[in-house]
Amino acid sequence: MTEILYLAAAVAFIVGLRRLGSPGTARSGNRIAAVGMLAAVVITLIAQDIVNWGTVLAGLAVGTAAGVWAAVRVQMTAMPQMVAIFNGLGGIASALVAATEVVDTDLAGLSADTAVSILLSILIGAITFTGSFIAFGKLQGVLPGRPLLFPGQQALNALVALGIIGVGIWAGVSGETVGYWVVGGLSLLLGVLAVIPIGGADMPVVISLLNSFSGLAAAAAGFVIESNPLIIGGALVGAAGLILTFQMTEAMNRSLGNVLFAGFGTEGGGTSAAAGIADRPVKRATPEDAAISLGYADSVMIVPGYGLAVAQAQHAVRKLADALEERGTKVHYAIHPVAGRMPGHMNVLLAEADVPYEQLLDLEQADPQFPQTDVVLILGANDVVNPSARDDPSSQIYGMPILNVDRAGTVIVVKRSLSPGFAGIDNPLFYDDKTLMFFADAKEALESTVTALKTL
Amino acid sequence: MSALVVGITVFVLAAFVGFELISKVPPTLHTPLMSGANAISGITIIGAVTAAGLGATPLAQILGFLAVATATVNVVGGFLVTDRMLDMFRSRSERRRDSE
Repeated sequence: MTEILYLAAAVAFIVGLRRLGSPGTARSGNRIAAVGMLAAVVITLIAQDIVNWGTVLAGLAVGTAAGVWAAVRVQMTAMPQMVAIFNGLGGIASALVAATEVVDTDLAGLSADTAVSILLSILIGAITFTGSFIAFGKLQGVLPGRPLLFPGQQALNALVALGIIGVGIWAGVSGETVGYWVVGGLSLLLGVLAVIPIGGADMPVVISLLNSFSGLAAAAAGFVIESNPLIIGGALVGAAGLILTFQMTEAMNRSLGNVLFAGFGTEGGGTSAAAGIADRPVKRATPEDAAISLGYADSVMIVPGYGLAVAQAQHAVRKLADALEERGTKVHYAIHPVAGRMPGHMNVLLAEADVPYEQLLDLEQADPQFPQTDVVLILGANDVVNPSARDDPSSQIYGMPILNVDRAGTVIVVKRSLSPGFAGIDNPLFYDDKTLMFFADAKEALESTVTALKTL
Repeated sequence: MSALVVGITVFVLAAFVGFELISKVPPTLHTPLMSGANAISGITIIGAVTAAGLGATPLAQILGFLAVATATVNVVGGFLVTDRMLDMFRSRSERRRDSE
């Protein structure tokens, strides 16, 4: 009977995920999945002969309070960090479930498949935990966003990975508790080592992959306690995260291996073309210049990037768009798949500012429109509009699908300084004759432009 | 069939369902999809509740408590924040309906 009820919860997850995939039904989908989860917890509380009620209820109370607090307080601009933390906590929860099994069972009597499941659950859960918190640190600015590299890094990572395999086999065969803890410790270390060499601009891939891992950790825990809902829920999330991971790497024209291991963006802009343009002058724009360009344009395309999130400028951009529309200018937004720090990051921010859905264009929709666009306004985006990806075979990002903004009439780039973005690659767009550089924080730039627009 | 084979069967089938469900989601929904999926991965909470509830030794109970607490943050926070995000998407579509 319990198993049938659990199956109903698993069905709720599948229906919920399916509905999450379409704008009209997404909210109900999330709620259906939540109801399934609540049902699964209640069934467990009733069906298991729980002895330590105090421990269970205390854990539920603490977790609920912290979860509500975090979910209500978090700003939409900080959503990538939030999802990273939730991923990490889900991962460590699965590892801890396996760890209680280690403490309470006679390890020498374990079957091989249970031992392997416990070890995998600890391994994946622990990597997800520390990896997610390093990603959080990079996104929050607590840690440097640039790749952190040191000599022998890859050799060390390989050594740690081999150590996990070696100790894991020994632990499984000998049934020594300490072996399981060593695997746990090394896995925590590997999570840190694996994410520190990955640059901030590659975070959409990392977050998606960690999302997948948190699901796989849950599935592994499901094998440990022989629980189908864990296996089903974990496999669903593992698959979903993996799909998004590959969609992100595809949008960057890179392999997953390249993102994870290449220390991308540390060689600087050392290409021949980039070196040549670095000394060239740029055209600077004042708020008045920007207002004149935008105010007399028939069509404007806004390209948001991570800088929009950093400056919390989503409401300011909406105000500018409103002011332009009042003047009869058509405004659209071109959103690159890897703009921001997680898949769909820009869409969430613009939704918060109530930007109409029809104005948001994805890469395929937006790109053909640039030749007919009068003015492109770039807000804190860099690599996704870098023409080197199209023109310069020696560029690190050559071959990445970009928004070809340099085909529009005028390009206004709002950026705090000329320094290259997270990927550390110089951008010839900034030195183009048709480009105006507006050096300012995105929010200040937008607000001063709106003010200037009123005086036209 | 052994429990392991049953488990692997369930895992593989569920993974294929996941691939089918997610492969055509529009980019606009990627963030809420990810945070909603993340909340679902908190299903490990039922393993955590079992582990904490049945833990025989003090150490097992401490680990179980931590497992319940972390999984609950994942579940409650994940579903709530997804709902908050999707609420913003909804207000947009409602406004569109009003203007028509």
